[in-house]
Amino acid sequence: MIRVELLKLVRRPRSWVSIGLLCGLPVLVAVFVAVTNLVPPPGQGPTLLSAVLSNGSLYPAAALAIVLPIFLPVAVAVVAGDAIAGEAGSGMLRYLLARPVGRTRLLVAKLVALVVYTLAAVVAVAVTAYITGRLLFGSQPVAVTSSGGGTTPTIIVAHAATSLSGTALTPADILMRTLGAIAFIGVSMLGVGAIALFLSTITDSSLGAALGALAALVTSEVLVTLNAAAAVSPYLPTRYWLAWVDFFRQPILWRNIDRGFAVQLVYVVVLLAAAWANFATKDITS
Amino acid sequence: MIVTRALTKRYGRVLAVDRVDLEVREGDRYGFLGPNGSGKTTVVRMLLGLVYATSGEIEVMGRPVPSRVGEVLPQIGALIEGPSCYGHLSGRANLALIDASGKGRGLRSRRQRIGEALERVGLAGIDNRAVKKYSLGMRQRLGLAAALLREPRLLVLDEPTNGLDPQGIREIRDLLADLNKAGTTVFLSSHQLAEVEQLCDRVGIVDRGRLVLQEDLDALRAPTGRVMVQTPDADRAAALLDGLVERRDGDRLLVREPDPVQVNARLVTAGLRVSEIGPERRSLEDLMLAVTGSGSDRIDATGQRRAEPEAAEPGTAGQGGDEP
Repeated sequence: MIRVELLKLVRRPRSWVSIGLLCGLPVLVAVFVAVTNLVPPPGQGPTLLSAVLSNGSLYPAAALAIVLPIFLPVAVAVVAGDAIAGEAGSGMLRYLLARPVGRTRLLVAKLVALVVYTLAAVVAVAVTAYITGRLLFGSQPVAVTSSGGGTTPTIIVAHAATSLSGTALTPADILMRTLGAIAFIGVSMLGVGAIALFLSTITDSSLGAALGALAALVTSEVLVTLNAAAAVSPYLPTRYWLAWVDFFRQPILWRNIDRGFAVQLVYVVVLLAAAWANFATKDITS
Repeated sequence: MIVTRALTKRYGRVLAVDRVDLEVREGDRYGFLGPNGSGKTTVVRMLLGLVYATSGEIEVMGRPVPSRVGEVLPQIGALIEGPSCYGHLSGRANLALIDASGKGRGLRSRRQRIGEALERVGLAGIDNRAVKKYSLGMRQRLGLAAALLREPRLLVLDEPTNGLDPQGIREIRDLLADLNKAGTTVFLSSHQLAEVEQLCDRVGIVDRGRLVLQEDLDALRAPTGRVMVQTPDADRAAALLDGLVERRDGDRLLVREPDPVQVNARLVTAGLRVSEIGPERRSLEDLMLAVTGSGSDRIDATGQRRAEPEAAEPGTAGQGGDEP
């Protein structure tokens, strides 16, 4: 069944279009930046972008920062929201279950396909961004600022020539840190996927499930910035989304990264359990 | 093959299926009839483990459903409320995907089985067109092919001839009859009397969630013990057969006497002309009208159900050709 779900994912034009668009946006940004040589001043605009002019190897991280706020969650929510609700909407769910495919097996297969899609999307963005970065930007050694321990994600990687406080990063170092960031973002997106997958078992409309998940994210984003909601803030799904930036501090600031992983893990486990409980006991009337 | 005991399904306050005791025997061609919204589809879905019963028991091929439905489903081919497919893929790709989805016989026989199934339903020559470009009738045939892929012992079909033209209906009926001769039990859920009357040998009629009748079709259509005579000399015939005539309708007489030969002899001996004579049989339609109310798609202003139900759903698929 897992093989079949992966096959469906691969044969679906939508998968390729969405990944193509995800990769396209950072390329577009890179072209503009390379042509004009204008970058947002540190602290403004997409994270890390100001550093890429001197070193294209950092562009994967910058590219992830570009797609992370909206593009990537939308793509993941659409795919995850479609998982069960899409089958229900097309009328295939009843035939799959009567084939028979066990409900738990189907859900697991959908989850595996979702994980594969999410990782493929994140990795594809990183790889195209790396290629774009190396082609369009220089590759001078990078320096990172020493971590001040702040939690606000400001620009922390600076141009080697302008920053005196940082340590130079070797290419291997950048690779490891980028991989860490990919893993973190992948898990964060899995959290989004888990919300959408759960909703997908409730409704027969894949659009409804995807939009529901996005509504949850927007709510979370609003509450995170709200001082009055500080009490719940540490438990919100988007609270630590940007913590992957801490991979590019020297030394790596693990505190928020760990918490981010933990929060997402709890969301994923709880929502998947709820999705399973709901789907396994549900009357299939679609 | 299928046994249910006091099968009940309640959706909130609506009682969709009310203490239904089905009995489908091996080798039956069972017609499951009922007006729209009478609970047919809910029963079918419960048999396949898609919908869970509120109470009651189901046994399919001797296994309890839904607890062990996984053991019997591989031997069941189903068409549930119309065919479904992935529109962007070809017919063959659809069949391959659905076949690969479950356990069972492997890749090697798949191509061959798909070819055979397509041939059986009359789609042997289909090309690689995406299914979304198929006509309704082609989709219906594809859905049937999917149900036949693994040579099922039991076919559960919900309105299998929907969207087919008269020719297609005939083909599918012959196909189902052939399969049944080869040992496949056919459970056909339909609101189309003609379809059931021509294929099935046993019917269950459900109305407002209750099974109101379950009987062999032959028994239902057995002579009623009366003879129907049509004669141009109706007045004299009525006088001659005085006391035996139960009803008169123009030049048609309904005579209380089981043997048409005797009635005929009496009339002819008296010099009366007979244009038509034969034992009266109840049609399935009469029976349906007698035992069921109107379908749930009719909502009268007073909220009362009409006495005479409609035999066919006016909105179905609109391809005509439902009646052969």
